[in-house]
Amino acid sequence: MLTDIMLGQYFPGNSFVHKLDPRSKILFTLIFISSIFMATNYTGYMVLGAFLCLLILNAGIPVLIVLRSIKPLWIILVLTAGIHMFMTPGIPLVSAGPLSITEEGLRQGIQMAARLVFLILMSSLLTFTTSPIALTDAIERLLSPLKRVKVPVHELAMMMTIALRFVPTLLEETDRIMKAQMARGADFSSGNLLKRGKNMVPLLVPLFISAFRRADDLATAMEARCYRGGEHRTRMKELKWSYRDVGAGVCIGLLVTILGWLRWG
Amino acid sequence: MSIVLENVSYTYMPGTPYCREALRDINLIIEPGEFIGIIGHTGSGKSTLVQHLNGLLRPTTGVVKVDGNDLQAKASEKKRVRQRVGMVFQYPEHQLFEETIFDDVAFGPRNLGLEADEVAQRVESALERVGLPVSEYGSRSPFRLSGGQMRRVAIAGVIALQPEYLVLDEPSAGLDPRGRDEIFEQIMQLYHGTGMAVVLVTHNMEDVARMAKRLLVMNRGQIEFDGRPTDLFHDTKIQLHEFGLSLPYMTSLLRTLRSRGLDVDDALLEASDVAASIQSALQKKRIPQC
Repeated sequence: MLTDIMLGQYFPGNSFVHKLDPRSKILFTLIFISSIFMATNYTGYMVLGAFLCLLILNAGIPVLIVLRSIKPLWIILVLTAGIHMFMTPGIPLVSAGPLSITEEGLRQGIQMAARLVFLILMSSLLTFTTSPIALTDAIERLLSPLKRVKVPVHELAMMMTIALRFVPTLLEETDRIMKAQMARGADFSSGNLLKRGKNMVPLLVPLFISAFRRADDLATAMEARCYRGGEHRTRMKELKWSYRDVGAGVCIGLLVTILGWLRWG
Repeated sequence: MSIVLENVSYTYMPGTPYCREALRDINLIIEPGEFIGIIGHTGSGKSTLVQHLNGLLRPTTGVVKVDGNDLQAKASEKKRVRQRVGMVFQYPEHQLFEETIFDDVAFGPRNLGLEADEVAQRVESALERVGLPVSEYGSRSPFRLSGGQMRRVAIAGVIALQPEYLVLDEPSAGLDPRGRDEIFEQIMQLYHGTGMAVVLVTHNMEDVARMAKRLLVMNRGQIEFDGRPTDLFHDTKIQLHEFGLSLPYMTSLLRTLRSRGLDVDDALLEASDVAASIQSALQKKRIPQC
């Protein structure tokens, strides 16, 4: 049932990619994503694709599961490729009535679709190999310079961490209340929209009550442990740059150099 | 008719790194009118098992039949089965949602599509059974009751379905000793008063030892013992602590006394019987009183 949903999509593992510092993973993902836009010819895309393949192989995540992350966006992919194919002026390859596929259009369409695919794959690789908690931790550290301009970075990150922490708990709770009401003959899956909305009341009321109760308990527990925001807080797990991050940095640097050379060299 | 489980296995989240086998090849028959205690350590699969009894979970492999009907085959059967097998979850007070106690208890009967006066009559008798008369409590908000009372309202909400089998998952969790005694006393009264079968899930041996006629011990998704409680406590081959369980306090006391050479009857469970047995054994030994 509900608890069968994969949370985030973190896929625990022990690979080089998994062990990278989450900060460097976020940074390198951003660099990779911007470098996608440096590629202008097929060779460039091949290089990018090969790099991505290596990463996926190293992370040891089943290829099918990686490809599944493209599924929600396939409409956008098809649309992008289609519009480019038909709308780019050039030498027509096939034409039917007013529509014609041009050679330039075909190339443009394939490349645009490839860009999108790389973009999705790379960002899902980040969430596949990094636990949500590590991600928020890294985001807090990366954004910490913004503290100077009075952005409450720590508080934002704490809110994100707490929200993520309670997603599974609330899902479990939802599952349990749903079952309890189903055991009393409630029906959540039939009827028209209005009826279904009304049927949700026995689920939503208890869920809200328990969410508020949990929030209250958590606030008390944090208060009791003298939590008072980010000032002077130390961490149990310090993030550390290691030789791995240096190595990964060199790799990504090489990738950017090759792409730059392919484009301007 | 009865509830029959044949070779039931259940796996949570198959095909992911979080996959976990919760039940392994369970075979079980539950007859009407039985009082069964299911006991096991946390994570032994007892809650997963009882959720199969009314079709809330579908077995990964195997068959569940209620009164001869295969739950998997007929989706239409589900609603009927859920009425026949009432299910009280852990912390059932978390499922309360209506403005008044009457409406909350009436939720189940109304879902069955009963007439208004039949609903009112069922609500009245269900609340009566849990000791909260409708005349006094019916129009009050369920959220203003004490924890133990809220739980009783929630149980009444299931009793009002008038099931033939009543499954209770840890009904005493989080209650103080008095609330616990009250709940168990009412369950016993229900059992004797209505003749419905009761399946009581718990990890506390004290709870079931005295009440259940039949005891199932679960460990790692399998049934390790199925029989009378006294047989379980006397079978010295079964090492309960290996399953994360312990003997009822009285049994272990009597066993210790016996092993020290005092001739007591270690099948007793009630404190007063135990005291009498120890007294007579002491008299037989004629230990000089000092």
